[in-house]
Amino acid sequence: MPPPLQAQRLLLSHRRLAPSHRRLFTVVSSLPSAPTLATGAVPSSILSIRESLLSGERTAADITADYLSRLRRTEPSVRSFIHVADAAAEREAEELDRRIATGGREAVGPLAGVIFGVKDNLCTANMPSTGGSRILDGYRPAYDATAVRRLREADAIVVGKTNLDEFGMGSTTEGSGFQVTTNPWDDSRVPGGSSGGSASAVSARQCVVSLGSDTGGSVRQPASFCGVVGLKPTYGRVSRFGLMAYASSLVVVGCFGSSVIDTATILSVIAGHDKMDSTSSSHYVPDYKSELIPQDLLESKPLNGTRIGIIQETLGEGVETGVISSIKAAASHLEQLGSVVEEVSLPSFCLGLPAYYILASSEASSNLSRYDGIRYGRQISADDLNELYGGSRANSLGHEVKMRILMGTYALSAGYYDAYYKRAQQVRTLVKKSFNEALERYDILVSPAAPSAAYKIGEKINDPLAMYAGDIMTVNVNLAGLPALVVLCGFVEGGSAGLPVGLQMIGSPFSERASYDAAVNRLCLPDGFEASRIKFQDRFHGVY
Amino acid sequence: MALTLLRGIRTPTLFRRNAGLFFTTIHPPLSSFTTRAESAQATESKAAPKSIQLATKEAAEHKKQGFEAVIGIETHVQLSTVTKAFCSCPYNYGSQPNSTVCPTCMGHPGTLPVLNAKVVECAVKLGLALNCEISMTSKFDRKQYFYPDLPKGYQISQFDIPIAKEGYLDLDLPVEFGGGHRRFGVTRVHIEEDAGKLLHSESGSYSQVDLNRAGVPLLEIVSEPDMRTGIEAAEYGAEIQRLVRYLGVSNGNMQEGSLRCDVNVSVRPVGQSKFGTKVEIKNMNSFSAINRAIDYEISRQIVLHKEGQADQIVQETRLWDESSQKTFTMRKKEGLADYRYFPEPDLPEVVLTSDYIDEIHKSMPELPEAKRRRYENMGLSMQDVLFLANDDNVARFFDSTLEHGADAKLAANWIMGDIAAYLKNEKLSIDEIKLTPLELSELIASIKNGTISGKIGKEILIELIAKGGTVKSVIEEKDLVQIADPAAIEAMVDQALADNPKQLEQYRAGKTKLQGFFAGQVMKASKGKANPVLLNKILGEKLNANS
Ligand SMILES: [Zn+2]
Repeated sequence: MPPPLQAQRLLLSHRRLAPSHRRLFTVVSSLPSAPTLATGAVPSSILSIRESLLSGERTAADITADYLSRLRRTEPSVRSFIHVADAAAEREAEELDRRIATGGREAVGPLAGVIFGVKDNLCTANMPSTGGSRILDGYRPAYDATAVRRLREADAIVVGKTNLDEFGMGSTTEGSGFQVTTNPWDDSRVPGGSSGGSASAVSARQCVVSLGSDTGGSVRQPASFCGVVGLKPTYGRVSRFGLMAYASSLVVVGCFGSSVIDTATILSVIAGHDKMDSTSSSHYVPDYKSELIPQDLLESKPLNGTRIGIIQETLGEGVETGVISSIKAAASHLEQLGSVVEEVSLPSFCLGLPAYYILASSEASSNLSRYDGIRYGRQISADDLNELYGGSRANSLGHEVKMRILMGTYALSAGYYDAYYKRAQQVRTLVKKSFNEALERYDILVSPAAPSAAYKIGEKINDPLAMYAGDIMTVNVNLAGLPALVVLCGFVEGGSAGLPVGLQMIGSPFSERASYDAAVNRLCLPDGFEASRIKFQDRFHGVY
Repeated sequence: MALTLLRGIRTPTLFRRNAGLFFTTIHPPLSSFTTRAESAQATESKAAPKSIQLATKEAAEHKKQGFEAVIGIETHVQLSTVTKAFCSCPYNYGSQPNSTVCPTCMGHPGTLPVLNAKVVECAVKLGLALNCEISMTSKFDRKQYFYPDLPKGYQISQFDIPIAKEGYLDLDLPVEFGGGHRRFGVTRVHIEEDAGKLLHSESGSYSQVDLNRAGVPLLEIVSEPDMRTGIEAAEYGAEIQRLVRYLGVSNGNMQEGSLRCDVNVSVRPVGQSKFGTKVEIKNMNSFSAINRAIDYEISRQIVLHKEGQADQIVQETRLWDESSQKTFTMRKKEGLADYRYFPEPDLPEVVLTSDYIDEIHKSMPELPEAKRRRYENMGLSMQDVLFLANDDNVARFFDSTLEHGADAKLAANWIMGDIAAYLKNEKLSIDEIKLTPLELSELIASIKNGTISGKIGKEILIELIAKGGTVKSVIEEKDLVQIADPAAIEAMVDQALADNPKQLEQYRAGKTKLQGFFAGQVMKASKGKANPVLLNKILGEKLNANS
């Protein structure tokens, strides 16, 4: 099986270059002058929607119309959505307004009027759900995924289904069976993937928040590419029921928002045990957004006592210099906020990528067996059962999906199982162990969310290994089942406004809150950020 | 929604053309069989060729020919849980196709399995009953293959860590097959889910899928290759059936497919330790068929060995054909099928506590083997023991009769004699008759203490079986109390002698066998109630007195 082997070689050379000892992180001298901080309350779209709705300043119909008009204006260039449920969204908004009019603020749930997008691999009742695959063209499930149901029960409004790489397999959203989504910061570039549609939709303010899924970085890397906040919760924190399975042991439902507090609000609603998913955790669900109040002043040292480790292996060869300097600047900022920042080496870090691709492909080869054209989805006409299976799958599944099914089938085959699947599981155990050890010493581990900023559409489409290598920053977190949050931390050259760079903050299992505390303070942005932000907003003609 | 989702499948041999097909509305044939024990002993093999009508001396006979058969069995037991293994659909044999399905058991995108705790309980019960080691931690795996009756493209099963392993099964062979106690090893018991069913159209032009059975819990029991003859294998299957019925985990019905046995048969020269090439046989829906199919297959293989054509025995699956009483090749195995097993990531490990296992252990009823040994210790013959212990209902009836004070041997005789005959005639099971164990014990006591005669007892029994009531009320109602008063009997004897002077004369002339005639007359006059011992004593005295 050439791809994983080559990937492993590539990474081994990377590892050799990485210093193997731990040393104190000393960046202050190499940094630009200490950033000055913007002040003010934590920006939360959800909170401001709630305030304006309940004060009577705006109706749910107004809010919905606002988002829908922006969606219609931006969609021709962004193409985030595979399906837009505008009529249903308008109906739901009117219904909310009626309830507020008759029952007052008590009559609506905490997410009333919050317009959200749903990655199309999450099932939505009576709405198309394709997983980005032609094989499910026209499929409408009878049920909502648990995460969707919980948001709807809180009165959030589904605006549509967002684009993705077919069944979540890809890092650019170019692997969709339907369309290519662009990056709102530069429409010649990819939004990342596989939750590219969800990330770009929030980035372009086509919706307030969105749901994604993260198997190997599918929320975090697009969040980084699109300059939004992306959360990958702990494995099992959110029910997978209704999520079309790609790699069951790695994936978790995550979310995107334009602020940390928005993703925290969403997590509080979607997290928790679900009897429909035996792997969902019954671990206590805190109110993630409560007390997330940033300390404005550097002097108050809000992160005093927080120990932060920078993963050494993520700042070496193969990572863009602009990305490295953004991360170092962010680290310096975290230090100035009072935390102790050190470099930490995770020796097994570079083993994660090949192990990930073996495990994910193995599970995918099994999970995708159900798409056989017999009970639902596309079926070709055939005279023979094998022809029916082969034809339905060959005609409707995309290239990348077929490749991963073949890889996974190979890895699970008799005679190869021990060399691939079993060995990859052993690597997974090692990765888990090394992360857990590091997290005993540090509250948070940080790294870039991707080795580069968004790249050009088509740039890596014929080079799957280069695309896989882009997942190096994120896959280990899935192997270890840890929570991670990605926030904007800088920009590199590119596009008209620069291209966003995301900082990944990794915590211990079920410690989402710790990352939030650090992240919310990070959002007191340095001056340089504002310029890019304004330039970005200009592209959307004042749509912000 | 399920109803609109099933569509046609076409294949070259099984299915061909179809014009837009939906789910089927064909009713499966109504079951015309009861759930009583299929008898392995009842070999209704009149049509069977002589060569396979081998019975108990088989093993010895094979040995004489220089060969030995080795047989192992894989048994699938469908659990009678209220809901399926991984979703909350019910399952009832014979219901409308695709009427008990949901997105989960239809393999819809995004659905996940949730383990039914009852399945684990059943597995532990059966594991304990088979004297297995129960795995405190076991897990599920996926067994992968494509077939239209397998919605997910994989079957959830247990691969390397079954819930129970390394046990054994004790049984006693039927007396008419030579008898003898046997212990057969059980390699493992594991949990898995059943697949759906394909319904082929009459024209053969298309097939339809019924997913009612998809996801129904199964326990697969794999035996050690410890059996040597068809009857041993059939009795092994019958004992498994008894166990699952005793435990209440399955109805064990073979015709409905609740109990399915696949057997592996190989033959080797006596003295060779290496197994011969094994052949798998399927499609036997009674224990008698298992017995005959195996014996046929052994003979077939021995003949090939003896003719120097042992290389014609190949790894394959053969089907038992009831009409010709032969096995036929279904498919040759091209190497080992690769099911690409790997751990099921959607289900956590099954972790048991010793308290949980102890609780189940305590709740288990006395099992057939323990029962047989107990009955044997009462001094009952093996024939009686097997009859009484092998049917849970009969055993319960028998035990209850004993609890009311009846003598074991007498109770056994009644149950195996008149009651069994009645059940057989009326095609009933013992729990369907009106006679209660208490009344049977009363009946036995009434005969023993002389209240009624044995003959009257038989009459009362039939009355009680058919109409119910108590022994006492029937005796009173019909005035059946035995006449044991010597004076009353003497009067009746005198009357009989007086009424038949001719016969009396003949008797006294030496035709002494006429005593029976007079006894009959008295019995008739007493409506059968005269105490026969007393009657014969008095009659003898009278007949011989004045001669
Ligand atoms: Zn079901």
